[in-house]
Amino acid sequence: MSLGQFFQREGSHWLRDEGPESDIVISSRVRIARNLSGRAFPMIASGEDQNALLDEIATVAEQSDVRALGPFTLLRMADVSVVDKQVLVEKHLISPSLAESNGGAGALLSPDGELSVLINEEDHLRLQCLVPGYQIDNAYGQVDRLDDAFEEVLDFAFDEEKGYLTACPTNVGTGMRASVMMHLPVLMATGQMNRILPAVTQVGLAVRGIYGEGSDALGNLFQISNQVTLGQSESEIIGNLHGVTRQIIEHERAARQRLLAERRDQLEDRVCRSFGILAYARQIDTKEAMQRLSDVRLGIDLGIIKGVSASILKELMVAIQPGFLQKYYSQEMDPDERDGRRAALIRERLRTDGIAQS
Amino acid sequence: MMCQQCGQRPANVHFTEIVQGQKSEYHLCEVCAREKGQAAYQAIAGAFSINQLLSGLLNFDPSVKMRVNTPSAQCDECGLTFNQFAQLGRFGCPHCYEAFAEGLSPLLRKIQSSEQHVGKVPRRRGGAITAKRELTRLREEMRQRIAEERFEEAAQLRDRIRILERESSQA
Ligand SMILES: [Zn+2]
Ligand SMILES: [Zn+2]
Repeated sequence: MSLGQFFQREGSHWLRDEGPESDIVISSRVRIARNLSGRAFPMIASGEDQNALLDEIATVAEQSDVRALGPFTLLRMADVSVVDKQVLVEKHLISPSLAESNGGAGALLSPDGELSVLINEEDHLRLQCLVPGYQIDNAYGQVDRLDDAFEEVLDFAFDEEKGYLTACPTNVGTGMRASVMMHLPVLMATGQMNRILPAVTQVGLAVRGIYGEGSDALGNLFQISNQVTLGQSESEIIGNLHGVTRQIIEHERAARQRLLAERRDQLEDRVCRSFGILAYARQIDTKEAMQRLSDVRLGIDLGIIKGVSASILKELMVAIQPGFLQKYYSQEMDPDERDGRRAALIRERLRTDGIAQS
Repeated sequence: MMCQQCGQRPANVHFTEIVQGQKSEYHLCEVCAREKGQAAYQAIAGAFSINQLLSGLLNFDPSVKMRVNTPSAQCDECGLTFNQFAQLGRFGCPHCYEAFAEGLSPLLRKIQSSEQHVGKVPRRRGGAITAKRELTRLREEMRQRIAEERFEEAAQLRDRIRILERESSQA
């Protein structure tokens, strides 16, 4: 299989497809950290040891149990160019810290990019599954099976009291971080988020905005994830995440319908105005772009804008996040240049969809 | 933007945290972010990971800091000292958990919901651990039944505990 597909802008399953409840839930992700017993963690492991682990994992990936869940392609970070690494980060296939690490860092990637294994990042292995929409059980199921397949042949560092041992004690226990990314424009606009949040934090979850240059919750995107990894089982953690996610979905949907019923004209004006700006702007900053994209996405979900693919807008919401954009282009770009590139990127995407003429 | 704490250095750590419904925004320089460890804890656990923040938490918390100077606190497998752990926020090897158990305890109580893992167990080691957990659960249940004066049920539980104990001592 060619490596080229991983570097193309399109093609990751979570960006391409929508998935269940995709009017609210953008993506679901589960990641578990695993380490091999009796070996130094990557932070202090020698380059030799790191490469040995990489070779070992490459062999394990060819075993039938593991292969059946892929097949996986091994990328050795040492062989991947800086630009290509940035593309992989932008597509959420690898983490920024894996891209920055030297030596024996690597990744196993499944063909559709759903399942991946980061090797020699903070932990020896980070198994992750990223799927579109609200599919947290599916994501955990895939990661869990991959974990079992690895465990057949690898001895993981595990302690009866502390659970799976990880480089950072914030991950010890299950080693699991489960999260959903949600688009909550109307709960934000009507100030209802504040009523919902206390329930979230009481069950060991955290809500975070997708933040950037001095703004909170850019594009009304929120990530809900578990904080606790020790003292709660995987199913408890995921159960709590479900409970909260479902409540929020219902609240946002109800709020959208109320808005549509009571203030349709203003809503349509706002949505269409934002679409016009995205289609024709020559300079746009992150904050405005995220807000306009959020408006347009809401318009698509409510049937106000037709013929625009929602997935393209999802992809844009991710691709223009300040960190991603800055990494993708050069760090030296001044703000005006950045705003110009961002506007061009958005116009180009809308044009590819055959909607806007600019 | 300058750091909102000291106003001296550019703010390059930005995050929004929402704790118990209270939203706070932080725009800090790295130095102040480290000092803000406690508040910043919310950010480390997720996608927005900053290496320095855990060390901020460690240095911030006097009950942990006190133990940093314990001379014996060094991992005899990887050589990491507790002091280094406090700076890096990362362990060097799995054995560090044993080596630094004492210093780690107050930290875990702060950031986790308990100190006992109750989740998945590696399949190949599963048997023994599962039996042990079942025993713990049964003993706890028996204590409760006795407290509730439901002695008949407690006696049944005691019999099951005995069978399980016999089985696991033979294994
Ligand atoms: Zn400062
Ligand atoms: Zn160690």
